[in-house]
Amino acid sequence: MNAGYLGLPTVVNNVESFVAAAMIMEQGADWFLSRGTETSTGTKLLSISGDCAKPGVYEYPFGTSIRKILEDCGADDPQMVQVAGAAGTMIGETDFDRCISFDDVATGGSFMIFDRSRDLPEIIGNFIAFFVHESCGFCTPCRVGTSLLQKRFDKLLSGRASRLDLEKMQQIGTLMKVTSHCGLGATAPNALLDSLKNFPSMYEDRLASTQFEPAFILEDALQEARTLADSGAKS
Amino acid sequence: MNLKAAARLGGRIGHFSIDGVRLPFREGQTIMAAAMEAGVYIPHLCYNPEFTPHGSCRLCVVRSNGRHLAACTTPAAEGLEVESHTDELQEQRRELLQMLFVEGNHVCPACEKSGACQLQAVAYYCGMLAPELTYFYPQRTVDASHPDIAIDYNRCILCELCVRASREADGKNVFSIADRGIHAHLQINSSTGKLRDSDLEVTDKAAHVCPTGAILPRNLGYNIPIGKRPYDQKPISLAGDVADHEESS
Ligand code: SF4
Ligand code: SF4
Ligand code: FES
Repeated sequence: MNAGYLGLPTVVNNVESFVAAAMIMEQGADWFLSRGTETSTGTKLLSISGDCAKPGVYEYPFGTSIRKILEDCGADDPQMVQVAGAAGTMIGETDFDRCISFDDVATGGSFMIFDRSRDLPEIIGNFIAFFVHESCGFCTPCRVGTSLLQKRFDKLLSGRASRLDLEKMQQIGTLMKVTSHCGLGATAPNALLDSLKNFPSMYEDRLASTQFEPAFILEDALQEARTLADSGAKS
Repeated sequence: MNLKAAARLGGRIGHFSIDGVRLPFREGQTIMAAAMEAGVYIPHLCYNPEFTPHGSCRLCVVRSNGRHLAACTTPAAEGLEVESHTDELQEQRRELLQMLFVEGNHVCPACEKSGACQLQAVAYYCGMLAPELTYFYPQRTVDASHPDIAIDYNRCILCELCVRASREADGKNVFSIADRGIHAHLQINSSTGKLRDSDLEVTDKAAHVCPTGAILPRNLGYNIPIGKRPYDQKPISLAGDVADHEESS
């Protein structure tokens, strides 16, 4: 974006920021600075959804741990929290003590809870599919990368992936992050990359044992040709 | 226009560096434009100095201040230190090239453009061997309806050079990109979608800017034999872009 409304400098903010600004005017900066952390001052509105007893909009000072938030909203059996939406950060149990802040887990406010009854691969697959659909197709890494990730992930789900496939997904995701034209492509692989890091056993369990597995099953791939050849021979 | 002439015309000159080599630039020039003028090769596909930069192929990715940037759309700035020919960036360019190769159907040995194709030449330059990514094998068509120009959609990499050339140089609007995401594809703006029914003429700029073998003038097949083509002689860093050779042929 190179110019604002009518070519003039323009502020585009969300309601939360306007409220914060108004409150600072009314209560003073010290009041605002008294909450949150040194580098992330003030509070954050979180829209909490998913597997918890009390979903809704919560206000927390920056620096609050994920664990505390999960307890407050009655998430009994959390497996994973997706913070800041599909392009955000995927947090597993080992990271529940991390905090909401600009320099730890940054968020625009979305907080989705998935408990242990949920199938993690299915969720990640949905995020991947979402970005295949959302990519505008302008630049190479996002246009092609989103679909390539989907293909590899499907291969994993069908039990035919090897360690090489995990490395390739990592590589494609990293490439998308640094070379995409806009933020969509740069964040599209986040869920996958986070899950590779935070849920390694989910991937390990699904690997076929060898170093390399082809993307197709030879017998199945030949079937069409065989059928054609057979029917040709008969006619 | 050389830099002295530009200075006379008033463009302020500054200096920046690529891989430690100091280069001049005119105010407003992109990293790519300044590099090209100074004879420093940065791999690229969707860039052609004659048209508005696009920034879509991402092959010209360079690094500065720890960030990745597209050289063709980022302005050069005084003192900017740019990395281009590093192992990391060449590796990333190879990955981007592989993406372009598996997305379409590029059968180089059977392609009339082989040896004069910028996609192929850049891939050689960057050291890309076989694509290790999953092939898409898309079902695409060939449009041979026009008497002088053919389009093989299998080889289109969506660089939009033909789109821009038609609009900016020919004052026509023969091409556009339809659909989005992985379904994005080149389309002909004619009532039937066929090239025959468009305003494209073989003398149009748009017929001579394609960096791949997607748009080919007809009736010229193999008039320069394999082995004698620009990139058979020299690497692309020395031979220059395909569009330059199209002009002279
Ligand atoms: S990164 Fe942005 S510009 Fe590139 S294809 Fe994705 S959505 Fe489009
Ligand atoms: S036909 Fe050629 S010039 Fe046009 S968008 Fe495709 S690759 Fe680029
Ligand atoms: S040459 Fe810069 S993005 Fe294509």
